[in-house]
Formats: sequence, C-alpha cells, structure tokens
Amino acid sequence: MKLRPSPDNIRWWQLGVLAALFMFWHVMTKPGLIPPMLFDNDRQAAFFFGEPLQIGARIWSWFVTNADIYRHLVVTLVETLLAFAVGSVLGLACGLWLALSPMAAAILDPYIKAANSMPRIILAPIFAVWFGLGVASKVALGVTLVFFIVFFNVYQGVKEVSPVVLANARMLGANRKQLLRHVYLPSATSWVFSSLHTSVGLAFVGAVVGEYLGSSQGVGYLILQAEGTFDINTVMAGIVVLTGFALVLDALVSRIEKRLMKWQPKAGETEKL
Amino acid sequence: MRTDQSSTAVGRISSDYAATSMSASALALHDVSCTFVSKDAPGQRYTAVRDVSLTVADGEVVSVVGPTGCGKSTLLNLAAGLLEPSTGRVESFGQPLTGINTRAGYMFQSESLMPWRTALRNVMAGLEFRGMADAEARAHDWLQRVGLSGFGDRYPHQLSGGMRKRTSLAQTLALDPDIILMDEPFSALDVQTRQLMENEVLELWAAKRKAVLFITHDLDEAIAMSDRVVVMSAGPAARILDEFVIDLARPRDVAEVRTDARFIELHRAIWAVLRDEVLKGYAQQLQARAA
Repeated sequence: MKLRPSPDNIRWWQLGVLAALFMFWHVMTKPGLIPPMLFDNDRQAAFFFGEPLQIGARIWSWFVTNADIYRHLVVTLVETLLAFAVGSVLGLACGLWLALSPMAAAILDPYIKAANSMPRIILAPIFAVWFGLGVASKVALGVTLVFFIVFFNVYQGVKEVSPVVLANARMLGANRKQLLRHVYLPSATSWVFSSLHTSVGLAFVGAVVGEYLGSSQGVGYLILQAEGTFDINTVMAGIVVLTGFALVLDALVSRIEKRLMKWQPKAGETEKL
Repeated sequence: MRTDQSSTAVGRISSDYAATSMSASALALHDVSCTFVSKDAPGQRYTAVRDVSLTVADGEVVSVVGPTGCGKSTLLNLAAGLLEPSTGRVESFGQPLTGINTRAGYMFQSESLMPWRTALRNVMAGLEFRGMADAEARAHDWLQRVGLSGFGDRYPHQLSGGMRKRTSLAQTLALDPDIILMDEPFSALDVQTRQLMENEVLELWAAKRKAVLFITHDLDEAIAMSDRVVVMSAGPAARILDEFVIDLARPRDVAEVRTDARFIELHRAIWAVLRDEVLKGYAQQLQARAA
C-alpha cells in the first residue's frame, strides 16, 4: 500500500502529476507519434503548443551550454526587487501618513480610489517614454502595482491597531513619535508581511510585462524576441523559467516572513505554558 | 450620593467624610459626568456616568463595584486621562488633569501587551519611552518579582493568560506609578491563579503603599483587597450609591479573609445594596437585546 497517496509520499505524487502533464504534452505534440486529430497535418500541434523535449533543450542551452540567460535573469530580478522595495516603502509611508491624518485621507480618498481602479498596466508605454527602455521604466510599472497593495494593507493595519494596546502604550508614556515607532509601525508591518506574497508577485508581473512591452534585456525580452520569430518552444521555455523563478521568490518570501514574524501566533501552535 | 441614615449597619460613611479627605487625595473626581455621542448618528447620546464624585487618598485602595455596563471602566479612563469628562473636574494630587495622567499606571482588563515584543521588552517599554538608561536591568528585576524570570524571551502568545497578566503587572509597576488603576485585571483568570495574583498584588502594594483604584464586578475580591468599597448604580447615567469602609486587618490573605466574620458581615451589607442594581442592570440588558 506504499503507492496510495499519503503525507509521506506526497512529493512523489506531485512529481508524478508533473511527469504525466509533460507526458501528455509530449504525446499530443510530437510530430508523427499519433495521427493528427484537430489539425490538418502532424506538425501543426508542435507549431502551436511547442514540444516539451525542445523546450527542455532550450532551457538546458540557456543555463548550461550557452549559459546566456543569467544576464537576463539578473536584470529581471533587479527590476523585481527594486519595484518591490520602492513600492513597499512608498506604500508604507503613505499608508501611515493617511491613516494617522484622517483629514488628508478624506481629501485624497476619491483620487486613491481612482488611481487604484485604473488598469495600471496601461501606464507601461508612458513609463517607457518617460524613463526609456532600461530598468527604470519596469521598476516604475512594478511600483504602481506594489504600492497600492502595501498602501491599503498598511492603512488597514494602522486603523486596526488594538485600542487597548494603544491606550496602554500611551499610559506607559509614549509620545506621538514613539507611538508611531513602537505601536503603529510594527502593527502595520505585520499587515505588509501578510501581503508580501501578493506584492512580490506583482512586482514580478510589473518587471516582466514591462520587458515584454519594450526592452533590450530581461526574460520578458527573450520571450518577446522568440515570439517575433514564431519560436514557440523558446516562448514556452521562457514561461517555464519565469514560473520556476516565481516559485523561488515565493519560497524566499516565506523564509523571510517566518523569521520576521515569529511573534505572531500560528495556527495549531501550542507552545503555551 | 445616597446617605441612608436608617441603615447605619456597617462601615457606611457619610459624604462629609469624602469631602474632608479630598485635600491630600491622589485622585479626585468632582461631579464628573461622561456622555458619549455616537459617531454614526450624532443625535444618539449615551451617558455612562452622571455626577460622580470619588476620591482616592494616597496609599488607599478603593474598589468600585457595580453591575455590568455601569460605567466602571469609564471612571477609570477618566482617572487615567484617556477620557475627558463632559462636565466636572478630575484632579490628581491637587493638580487638574490635562491629557494623560503621568503619575498613574493602568492595568487593563483585556490584552494590552504589544504582541510584537517579548515579555522582557514589554516590561521595558515604559522605561524605554521615558528614556531610562537601566531599563533592561529594571525590567529583569520586575520580571523576577512577578515570577517570570525564565520567560523574558517569550512573545505574549507563547505565555498563558496568567503569565500575560503578570507581565502586564510588571509593565505597569516597573514605572513606579503613584496611582495604580486596575480594570478587572484578574477577571479572565481561573480562581486559583486569581487568588495567587491577588495576594501578590497585595504584597507588592504593602511594600510601596501606593494609591489604588480597583474596578471589579467581584464583590469578594473588592472586599478582600480594599480599604474602601464604592457601589455604583446600574447604567446608563450610573452614579455612586454608597461607600463602605473595609476595616479588616492587614496583611490579608484573600482566601483566608473570606471566612472572617467581619468579612461576611460587610459582604452581606454591600450585597444588599448591590443586588438590586445587578438585577436592574440585567433587566436593562435583556431589554436592550430585545429592542
């Protein structure tokens, strides 16, 4: 009964699903393997969907034989991290400011709503004009995406600071600055971290979409180039690399979150005495 | 204040007594009323307390008992300076109170520790805010005094309810406040832990003899801990119904004192006043829920 899914062999089952997926893909697209069902000839499926083996070869050459993707990966990573950092700091600052001065919040409310509901991806061409085709325009796009996530979370976080904790800190003699530093900021940070996965993901989206719309380097640029020549295998390979990259980023975020948020109770944790 | 002369049974004091003891009082509320306006509907008003006068002398422990929702906590927030009275005056050591009462320490009913700070850093918080150089050493000392010396590195969620209360106690007392305000600090604890904590607080108090204003709904606790018990009427617009001097000898053990004949006598007398109000308060709550 070792094959039956259980917590012990869950990894193997997950790998199995992946293998089955690629197997299916391979069988359906490999020219000449099975008679064409949807298409007129047996090369068309491969043209539209790519072939897993070709994609694998492409990735292998990127990382090992040619080793020419690292430059692009670093560019995408730098754009992502810059967008995330700048967006988070701006969001944190604005969130704290507006949450603590209700008048300013009331005045700016319609503009924040408007800016948030605007499809911000559409700003990418404008940013390209303003900041050129380099890193800056991608960072700008990522920032517009990250900013609002962090901003709304911090705003909420400050609004929902426990009134008792706040009153207690005031009774203990905290002045306004100390309240900000020791009560509002830690409380808001916990909300920022709860949105970290989303905001890192969006920073990544901003970077890649920015590259895709116009750039000279980055993984998005690779995909754009391949698409221009109808090289579907390279497009797919780019997507696979981006997916892996996103998974690594996400795992990293989980790591950092775990370290910084150790004061937060986790579900199922019973380390009480 | 109601002064029912016919029932001078036990420890009842006239309002004259309260008036004469005002001069040296650590805390004095003069004819204080507190009305809250609803944020959503400005027409809706709720008067929590009306025309309340209360003094706590330096070194005196005063308990306020009353039915739930009678504005006991409002009284404490007024004394702490967290709330401003709608009418009336609040004085602390003869000075009119503006803003936070810096000479007071406040132990809250619900969780008040900062969850992102360890127990030690929580106890340090007040000392840090006041810029004391030896904050850490003092905090260590206080953690030890409340019996938590080995738990300084734990976060509040890793501590039991009783330990969190001890941490709160250390946090409040570490600042050496001249007035200690306590809002049902032990109401969330089980009976055993509660009696232990009550005895500890009495011991700590005996060493320093600070003024204490203690809010509770537990009459046993009120009598066992205090020099004076104040009974409030049911809200809204709660007022002080009566005051009783608790002339039990100190030091007291909260568990043992309950079997004292005088304790039982006092309990009976205060309960006679309190019971009607509890029933009234209960009926009002039922009504409010039905409405």
